[in-house]
Amino acid sequence: MSDTLAKAIFGRLSWESIPLHEPILLGTFAVVALLGAVILGAVTYFRLWGWLWREWLTSVDHKKIGIMYIILGIVMLLRGFSDALMMRLQQALAFGADQGYLTAHHYDQIFTAHGTIMIFFVAIPLIVGIVNFVMPLQIGARDVAFPFLNSLSLWLTVAGALLVMASLFVGEFSRAGWLNYVPVANLANSPDTGPDYYLWALEIAGVGTTLSSINMVTTILKLRAPGMTLMKMPVFTWTALCSNVLAIAIFPALTGAFALLLLDRYVGTNFFTNDFGGNPMLYWNFVWLWGHPEVYVLILPVFGIYSEVTSTFCGKRLFGYSSMVYASVVITILSYLVWLHHFFTMGSGASVNSFFGIATMVISIPTGAKIFNWLFTMYRGEIRFELPMMWVVAFMLTFVVGGMTGVLLAVPPADFVLHNSLFLVAHFHNVIIGGVVFGLFAGMYYWFPKAFGFRLDPFWGKVTFWGWVVGYWVAWTPIYIVGLMGTTRRVRHFDDPSLQIWFVIAGIGALIILVGILAFVIQIAVSIINREKLRDTTGDPWNGRTLEWAMPSPPPFYNFAFTPVVHDHDAWYDMKARGARAPTTGYLPIHMPRNTGAGLIISALAMVLGFAMIWYMWWLAMAAFVALLVVSIAHTFNYNRDYFVTPDEVSRAERLGAGV
Amino acid sequence: MHQEDHVSDGLMHDDFQDQTHFTLKGYLAGFALAAVLTIIPFWLVLGHVISNAVVAASLIVAFAVAQILVHTFAFLHVNARAQHGWTLVAYVFTGVLLLITIGGSLWIMDHLNLNMMPGMSGDMSDRGM
Amino acid sequence: MENDSVAAGVQPVFYQTADEGPAHAGGGTLLGFWIYLMSDALIFATLFATFGVLSTSFAGGPQPRDLFDLRLVGFNTAVLLVSALTCGLAMIAMQQGRLGALRFWLIVTALLGMTFVGVELSEFAHMISEGATPQRSGYLSAFFTLVSTHGLHVTFGVIWIACMLVQLGQRGLQADNRRRLLCLSMFWHFLDVVWIGVFTFVYLLGAL
Repeated sequence: MSDTLAKAIFGRLSWESIPLHEPILLGTFAVVALLGAVILGAVTYFRLWGWLWREWLTSVDHKKIGIMYIILGIVMLLRGFSDALMMRLQQALAFGADQGYLTAHHYDQIFTAHGTIMIFFVAIPLIVGIVNFVMPLQIGARDVAFPFLNSLSLWLTVAGALLVMASLFVGEFSRAGWLNYVPVANLANSPDTGPDYYLWALEIAGVGTTLSSINMVTTILKLRAPGMTLMKMPVFTWTALCSNVLAIAIFPALTGAFALLLLDRYVGTNFFTNDFGGNPMLYWNFVWLWGHPEVYVLILPVFGIYSEVTSTFCGKRLFGYSSMVYASVVITILSYLVWLHHFFTMGSGASVNSFFGIATMVISIPTGAKIFNWLFTMYRGEIRFELPMMWVVAFMLTFVVGGMTGVLLAVPPADFVLHNSLFLVAHFHNVIIGGVVFGLFAGMYYWFPKAFGFRLDPFWGKVTFWGWVVGYWVAWTPIYIVGLMGTTRRVRHFDDPSLQIWFVIAGIGALIILVGILAFVIQIAVSIINREKLRDTTGDPWNGRTLEWAMPSPPPFYNFAFTPVVHDHDAWYDMKARGARAPTTGYLPIHMPRNTGAGLIISALAMVLGFAMIWYMWWLAMAAFVALLVVSIAHTFNYNRDYFVTPDEVSRAERLGAGV
Repeated sequence: MHQEDHVSDGLMHDDFQDQTHFTLKGYLAGFALAAVLTIIPFWLVLGHVISNAVVAASLIVAFAVAQILVHTFAFLHVNARAQHGWTLVAYVFTGVLLLITIGGSLWIMDHLNLNMMPGMSGDMSDRGM
Repeated sequence: MENDSVAAGVQPVFYQTADEGPAHAGGGTLLGFWIYLMSDALIFATLFATFGVLSTSFAGGPQPRDLFDLRLVGFNTAVLLVSALTCGLAMIAMQQGRLGALRFWLIVTALLGMTFVGVELSEFAHMISEGATPQRSGYLSAFFTLVSTHGLHVTFGVIWIACMLVQLGQRGLQADNRRRLLCLSMFWHFLDVVWIGVFTFVYLLGAL
């Protein structure tokens, strides 16, 4: 085959793009390929393809979509954490004459991939997953407002994740940091596929996230059970509303900035270049316009989880419900006014820096109010230290430190010293691990019995808990210390040998977290094996207070046979206190959405389009784009999207759920 | 929640009851207003009516804002009743964010140009040469 | 525990046992689509902000005074404004259940949209032939991206109208189609609002 023909077909993809010379990548590939083969083989052997397609891949059930989001998040957590371990090992080794085991080229890709994956493909999917599963149950809805869109959002996110994973074995990933900063990511400085993988993966996943947020907001505004006024919504639903409103507001800035950078790289425009009037700092402006509110997109729903868990396990109403709601709303608005604190050192004047510094400090006030609300909820409560509650306590102790270092960084003169130091890195890991990750564990432990009908094994849960909490402190305290001494981030090799001991301690901390992660995987396996012993037949294992506990576990696909009528923001607690009983006869037909494979197919085509563009395979990109349009339009010709579940079926499903 | 009054064909919900009734008069009035609010700024620029650029620019922007409001109420039918007021809330919220995004970006980037590239911020026409 | 029904002293209703009506199928479509438009407006905000920041980054290249024919822009503005009216007439026809009139006004709207895009493309072709390409300067990059993003939206609107016409032919004015038409009309009027920003900030203020 001639060279030009090969170029026309494969673009810039060639055998050299496969990193056969990298033993680490080859080893990883072997493991992934083996695991993949085992899973595919098992699915084939047990003849599960049809079941998988009908029950999961084409499902528009918000509960299943939520669970699939969470599976995606957990799988990607393993990938993102492997990157973290590799960085910790490199930094613990590479002092003086020792160059460590990673080249700069490889190391830069690892820290970029770590940050990108942890935020976009771990934190976001886990949160979207929990909101997806829990929120419609809490508001007494049958499903979300747009069930097909929900499926499309999920698969677009998966498509983005797969593109990032593909960059591991075909070509390379960006080396420009987790937000793909220019000028490093400009075509002139990174002519390789790295930034393109980054941009296409995140554009596709970003569209999914935006659509999902529109869906969630509409669901909360339109599909609440009768009687559930805004001020009777559970706190988790409130924070989910705020978080998704915020996501709708900020993702356009990210999508826009990435699109402009794509134009720079593909068309040769001059938005973020250093010549012809381009302005690289404009890119920073936009990505942080997204980036800071994004922190609140992640933390707000988690605050909701803490509120639900605290209230349930203290057996009390949440202290200061309305102040909690107002604090969330205030955070939602204020978070849009702080983005410049990520680049105080970029050269804005005193007035700009003061404004954004003060706004940043102000936003800590509503957050602080929430901490007090949780403490007052615990005060004189009958606290049950079950797994979810343990994470809440660990969160309060850990997160407060992260919050305070954040206020420290909000002071512009202090930030001039600490900008891009490891102190900053320790700060945001402190809030994201101590806030978001701990909260996600609390949420997963809290709602797991609802999703699957059995609890998670408490022993391995405690190992997970202590591994994470102790590991977090051992890993990040030394990073705070070296950061305060002036060590900068994204460094592969150090000259000063006196720093080595800190990085060795940090590495040990990472290994302790590894124990926590492995224990979590073991916990799931052990719990599945012992599921009969851990079975919950009541549907309300924690003596819960909100509507999701008013139904059997796992919930029937239509959720409530009879839509509940709400009189209190702790609706289920109120119903239990007043002896409410769901009718067991007189079922009515239930209107439900039909499953569809359109979301999966559209996302697969989007992934092919992204891959073809990354490798300059123009014909394939064109074909994928046309196919994308055709399938999307064809989908609008499908008017047969819903059906009615007959009363007989409802009656059967209800008797099954009640264990009769 | 209008549980009792939804339409029987099974697919209409309270969306349609919320919808404003479209009237020919409403559209024609909106169209006439919008046309006037378009013609005046074009006339201001093409006829070089006002020599002071700042005054002219402020006027033109004011006409644009007025016309956006006309479109919003006459064509997009935004009002406090539709969707229990959520349409209006979303609209106002978006307006605020729009101003923050554009105003904030201009403010920040202007400061940067001033501080980091002194002398070049006014007219950067010779950059890149 | 204070409740709205305790005062009445009767056991309140906790479950809805009467027919609750459909929970899906468009319950929130109009609101959801409106929220989507708001997020789209914020994409345009990003592009307007970019244009504002780069509005003097000519890099020695052509400036707005050298580039634009305001008469052409005025013509295109008129075309789009008339299309807003015809779109409104289509909505009135839908409301009155007059399928023929609805299709007529939709076709007129689509033709006006195509005229708009055609004029815009010829303007672009003219600029590019004079060396004012998107690659020439930061200013021109921002100009082409902002204006053509709007143009792409209009193109998409035209495709949407075409699909809608087919679907109206197949199924007539049933509930799904009525809902889609309401969304389409919001989309079209939204594009008109964005165009007010474009002709004001890009063309008129550029020509001052």
